Parts: sequence; C-alpha cells; structure tokens
Amino acid sequence: MTEDSNKEKLKGVLTVIGKDRVGIIAALSAKLAGANCNILDISQTTMDDIFTMTMLVDVSDVKGGFGPLAKALEELGDSMGLRVRLCHVDIFNAMHKI
Amino acid sequence: MFIPTDEIIQTVRMIQQEHLDIRTVTMGINLLSCARGDVDATCALVYEKITSSAARLVEVCCGIETELGIPIVNKRVAVTPVSLIAPADPEGCVKLAVTLEKAASAVGINFLGGYSALVHKGTTPSERALIGSIPEALLNTSKICSSVNVGTTKAGINMDAVRDMGKVIKRAAELSAASGGSSCARLVVLCNAPEDNPFMAGAFHGIGEPDCVINVGVSGPGAVKCAIEQVRGCDFTVLAETVKKTAFKITRAGQLVAGLASARLGVPSGIVDLSLAPTPAVGDSVARIIEEMGVGRCGAPGTTAALALLNDAVKKGGLMASSHVGGLSGAFIPVSEDEGMIDAVRKGSLCIEKLEAMTCVCSVGLDMIVVPGGTEAHTISAIIADEAAIGMVNSKTTAVRIIPAPGKDVGDTVEFGGLLGSGPVMSVRQYDGNGSSRLFIERGGRIPAPMQSLKN
Repeated sequence: MTEDSNKEKLKGVLTVIGKDRVGIIAALSAKLAGANCNILDISQTTMDDIFTMTMLVDVSDVKGGFGPLAKALEELGDSMGLRVRLCHVDIFNAMHKI
Repeated sequence: MFIPTDEIIQTVRMIQQEHLDIRTVTMGINLLSCARGDVDATCALVYEKITSSAARLVEVCCGIETELGIPIVNKRVAVTPVSLIAPADPEGCVKLAVTLEKAASAVGINFLGGYSALVHKGTTPSERALIGSIPEALLNTSKICSSVNVGTTKAGINMDAVRDMGKVIKRAAELSAASGGSSCARLVVLCNAPEDNPFMAGAFHGIGEPDCVINVGVSGPGAVKCAIEQVRGCDFTVLAETVKKTAFKITRAGQLVAGLASARLGVPSGIVDLSLAPTPAVGDSVARIIEEMGVGRCGAPGTTAALALLNDAVKKGGLMASSHVGGLSGAFIPVSEDEGMIDAVRKGSLCIEKLEAMTCVCSVGLDMIVVPGGTEAHTISAIIADEAAIGMVNSKTTAVRIIPAPGKDVGDTVEFGGLLGSGPVMSVRQYDGNGSSRLFIERGGRIPAPMQSLKN
C-alpha cells in the first residue's frame, strides 16, 4: 500500500457475492467491528439474480492484522454460502482508473 | 460509491473465475562481484549474495498477494549468466549449479534462472565448460533453469553453438530419462535473448542491469478469452479494442505489484513483461483465445493471423499501463503448458511447422515441445537454427525448449507436473541418410548477421 504523507486512511474493499439471506450485513459488520474496522461506504445490488455487495472499509488499524481478518471474513462467507473477499482498494484503482 | 460496483465485481471475477494472476515476480541479482579464482570461494559468495538479496522476496510477495487479493503464482530469482563467473571446467560449473539450488531452496523460490551462456558470436573456455556441464547440472538440481543465447540480429548465429546444443539437449534428456527427459523443460536455446526477462526458463540478469532489480510478468489468457466472448460476431477493430482494454487492466495490476514489491524490498523496479502466459488449467489457455476468435481449432488456417492480432493488441493495451516495458512481452505458446494447445496437438490440427509460423508473430518460439526420443541431435540443432533464423531476421526473441523424450514416440504423452504440464509427443520431419540435415549442421562457423543489423 502506498503511504501518503497526510496519513490517509488505508482502505479495503469487501466484496460479497451470493444468494441473499437474512443477516449478511449484521454478521460481516460485527466481524469488521471486532477487528476495529470502520465501514466508510456500502453499496448493494442484485446483478443477474445474484446478491452483490461492496463495502469500503478503513483498514488503517486492523486488530490482529489484515491477512487474518481477510481469512476470517472469507471463512464467515463460506459458512453462509457467500463468496466474501477483502482486499486493498489499490487493485481496483489500478485496474479501472487511468 | 467510490468505484462503480460493476468494476469491482469485474476485477473480482477476473481473479476468481478467469485465472487472472501475476505470473511471476522475479528478482534479478548481479553475481559478477562473487567471481573468485577458486570455485569454492565463488560458491560461498554466490550463496551469501542470493540468500541476503532475496531473503524477504517470498514473504513480501505473499503479503502483497493477501492485501490485493491477486495470486502471485511464482516468486523467482534470475542471476548473472553463470558462465561469466564460472571456472573453465565442467565440474566447477556443476558445483555452482548445486550452490544455486541450495540458495533457491533457502529463500523458498521455485525456480532460479541464469545457468546461462551468451555465445552468439563466440564461445569462451568457461562458456564451453558451462554448456558442456548443463546436462549434469540439470540432473543434480530441480530448480535451476538454463539458457544459451546462440544468435542475435547484430551478430548472426553461432552455428557451432547450435550444433553443440543439439547434443546437450539429447544428453540432458537421456540423463533424465526416468522422468521423460524432464531436464529439458528447464533448458532453452535463445536468439536475441532479453536481459530483463522475468520468465523461466530463459530468465537471466543481464550485464546492463543494476545490482538488484524486480521484474514482473503478468498473465491472463482466461480474462482475455472471457472478454472477447462478449464480442462474438463483431469485426476485428472491436476485437482488437476489447483485447487492448483487457490487457491494460491486467498490466496495471502487474505494474501495481511491481511498484509495491520494489518499494518494500528496497530494490529498483525494472520492467513489466506484457505477456499472456497460459497454464495447463482449463480456462487459462492462449489456444482457446484463438479458437474464440473464430478459428475452429488452434493450428487451422487463420491461426497465425489471429495470434498476430492478439499479440499486437496485448502490447498496445499493456504499453500505457506500465512505466517500463521489457522482457519477452507477447503471447506465449508453450504446448505442454496450455490445455488448448495440448488438445490441438492431440486432434492433429497443430504441428511443429505451424508452431514455427506462429513464432514469427508472437513472443518466444517453439516452447515445451515434446518430440520422439529417436530424434537425432543434428535434427534438434536444425530446428534450433530455423527458429534462431526467424529471430535474427525479424529482430525479435525466439527460443527453442524441446524435449526429446527417451523411449517415447508419437501418440505418447509425457507428464512434467505443475506449471510445466504434460506434453503429447509431436511428429518431427526427420529423414535418414542424405535426406537429413546433418551436413548442414556439421558445416560449423557463423551465419553472418543479416542486413537488418546495419542500422547505424
């Protein structure tokens, strides 16, 4: 992650893809709160009958480290039948912005 | 939302379903400072230099993988062509190869390239020793990759080296007969070899490079194929634009990884190699892109034109996405590493001669070609000469990575495992007696540099 002189927040993008059900946001946000991650923005839609949610989260000060949180969220997603991934925002900016 | 949801989902889909990955982060390390009169002293310094320079390479790359959510499939090291620091005896050269293997294991990489000699204009005693030692060096190692540059546009083709490499390849195959001649999968003969290539088996750290450097090779045939599925029936302008846009995104991911790895390792960033590198996995094939373009079977008429368009569009799309472009940069067509190519060979639509034509318009050359064990050394040399001539005349890199699998014949398949895949044995036009190419190869000497070399 590039370091900004203004100590800009390190941002992560959480993507959730799968079948809609009760409690998705509740479960994920509880896990994020437990890891000291603030949710900055959230967007959800249904694409081709598939529930799709993206969250922008502050990962500047993740309790326990970024890698373990990403893994825990992925496993939580698996247990709910959802594909959940957390990665830094840089990859999306690089691929979609000139 | 900060980035449109569909763009986020597109990226996630490219990585998770279309096999988009960073194929390799390769650290180039200069070993010239390690050369001593005594080979054991050289070995000690080589081990120290590699294990200290690349100590954090794998750890840093794994961290980037986790953060960006994109796999970095290979973490590798390329070193100064070993012939430049090697003694003029083959046993000493093998000692260096074993040392490189130990260093590669210590830092946790899967391949180390640079057991190499650049002999396009002539051969020094240590280069002769190293070339002679290649079969034993490969037999005694599993991570070391070897390459020999036998020609350039500027110098012509060293046909003595071409003749010798036919024999070296045969011997390497015979020594590793138990595994189908697998040593040859780590040995490539090049013309116009780039000094900053991050891809194996041809990677080495050229003498014009800094002390240490990070080069990145991207991939993404699956992502390109999925993108062009959306433009079926559209004309070639639309097709080329679609490939360009996808290549841009793929390369931007590579550029991002190159920058991060460089910053975290404190090593300058060299180049991004704009490549389409297939794997044996279904959905990660260059051949399937050609078929998606409308050529029913890879190898059928139209294949070369389709590959030319693909190769050009990948470069045009990638060029703007990267600060410095280098390496091989183009689509790869390794037969055993591409599920669609393997299928095309089995169905009879793809032969060596068609692959040779394809190498005129894409990166590298006859790559991971398995031929019958009965293929003679002079025939292999003649195949190398043909490929080197294409590279020399067209001012491009060409290469031959050919495996004369002992005891195998057309119809058999040789399993190499992992990224190297499995190769169906391909038919070679080899003729007996006066019909052979033996007399051509036995002439020796150099093929003069072509007119294209006189640009000053």
